[in-house]
Amino acid sequence: MINLTGLTIKKAHEAIKSGEYTCRELTQAYLDQIEKKNKELNVYLEVFGDALAQADEADKKFKSGTAVLLTGIPFAIKDNILIEGKKVSAASKMLENYIASYDATVIKKLKSEGAVFLGRVNLDEFAMGGSTENSAFGPTRNPHDPRRVAGGTSGGSTAAVAADMALVALGSDTGGSVREPASFCGIVGLKPTYGRVSRYGLMAMGSSLDCIGSAAKNTEDAEIVFRSIAGHDDLDSTSLEDTKENPINKKLTIGVPWDFINKEGVNPEVKKNFMASVEKLKAGGYEVKDISIQNIDLVLAIYYIIMPAEVSTNLARLDGVRYGLHQDGKNLMEDYFFSRGKGFGPETRRRVLLGTYVLSAGYYDAYYSKAQTARTFLKKEFEKAFKNIDLILTPTAPMPAWKVGEKSDPLSVYLADIFTVTANIVGIPAISVPSGFMEMEGKSLPLGIQFMAPHGGEDLLFEIGKKFEQIAL
Amino acid sequence: MNIKDIEGLAELARIDLSQAEKESLLKDLDSILGYVKQIEEVEVVPDVGRPELGRPTSGTSVNVWREDVAGARDFSRELIINQFPDKQDGFLKVKKIL
Repeated sequence: MINLTGLTIKKAHEAIKSGEYTCRELTQAYLDQIEKKNKELNVYLEVFGDALAQADEADKKFKSGTAVLLTGIPFAIKDNILIEGKKVSAASKMLENYIASYDATVIKKLKSEGAVFLGRVNLDEFAMGGSTENSAFGPTRNPHDPRRVAGGTSGGSTAAVAADMALVALGSDTGGSVREPASFCGIVGLKPTYGRVSRYGLMAMGSSLDCIGSAAKNTEDAEIVFRSIAGHDDLDSTSLEDTKENPINKKLTIGVPWDFINKEGVNPEVKKNFMASVEKLKAGGYEVKDISIQNIDLVLAIYYIIMPAEVSTNLARLDGVRYGLHQDGKNLMEDYFFSRGKGFGPETRRRVLLGTYVLSAGYYDAYYSKAQTARTFLKKEFEKAFKNIDLILTPTAPMPAWKVGEKSDPLSVYLADIFTVTANIVGIPAISVPSGFMEMEGKSLPLGIQFMAPHGGEDLLFEIGKKFEQIAL
Repeated sequence: MNIKDIEGLAELARIDLSQAEKESLLKDLDSILGYVKQIEEVEVVPDVGRPELGRPTSGTSVNVWREDVAGARDFSRELIINQFPDKQDGFLKVKKIL
């Protein structure tokens, strides 16, 4: 029996290298966990039939001495990232039987290292939501309390890692979709700088916001995955040029936007945990400053204008003509109406209509244009703030995981994104790291805190994430 | 907003909706728009400049151009054609437009 609890990428790599077990045995150990737990947790939408064959290929690499750190490492892949020849549904009826015709750049990179893809995991339909309750195939349950949601939209990715149903996972983050479920599931979630990881082969949702990120048990694993998938890509026109790693040789200063945090409706236990985390950082030798960022409290309003606008345009391609669900009508126009009417779930319709509204001629100036101006303004405010501090700290989410079905009003789910959307709006990297638990109805529910860094500042996040893991013990 | 507005948006977005869905969408959109209305409070500071459309987030991101030449792509033509709802001789078949 391989002990999966506490297993990390480096530990697994060393164990395979030293012959303690093979890639095949490691993959089998995860497949056994999936077999045992998937019925209750609903994490995997499909387990790939060729997982063991992939592991055999990885074992060959170890034998021939060409293995690298990610060779044979079992991954869960969010079901909106394309793997050639595999189904990729975006958890939507619209694409239930759609088969990817090419590999996403991140998949191509992981394949070249010999990583093993166990299967595709659940999400909110087209990555829109905060709990995976918008999946057309049922919500993913939280491994810490199956009555509760895993968070979202990458709830399948984070639950897979938390429940030892994968060693690491890929997710996507448009407004907090890796970080929020990571905090709900008690693991680490990274959203890189916009443009540092190629979006080629990630189903577009909000194209100026989308990022592919890693879900992992600790910061070190999240960093290893990031370094493997990051890099310039000609196939993504918003891809950044590669930059060098910056060694950190100074004491980091952390800013906390207290007026913002105090103003928002943060659960009292979450706030207590956050304040305790701040004290731990101070005791760990970090300078923590109170900072104020003008208009930061408007960030969620900006997000819920720009994001649906981009959604409504991006999802226009799903019309039942070339691929995906097709519903026959009397004429082509009816084909469109019926296919989209039947294929899209409630939250998708809501956002498409909202986006259509804010982009319509009469309201464009009042909403979309205003939101873009406010976005530019906020970006400049963050540049100013980062002149005096290295990192910005907030809770990851204002509450712990809620119960499945508890939130019926869409706006109340949107409010869960209040602290995470900022990083997407201004394009900076952010990481959620576990900060302890709160007790609720006899269960310990995980909580997380979020560090944000300036553009390209992932190194700062890995540095502080690793330190916090030590001092939080 | 009223039910006519919802119908107009659904028409633009090409989504077939039932009467019950229209009513529930009206309620949801009213509440969401009530929230995002805060955007009206934003003070437009004179030096903020035009919205950086097209390069929204990163300080180092600029428009990316390339020569208009065809490059190799590893799309699977077969996989694409097999997913057409209707096809003929390797072409996508659609209903007549006019």
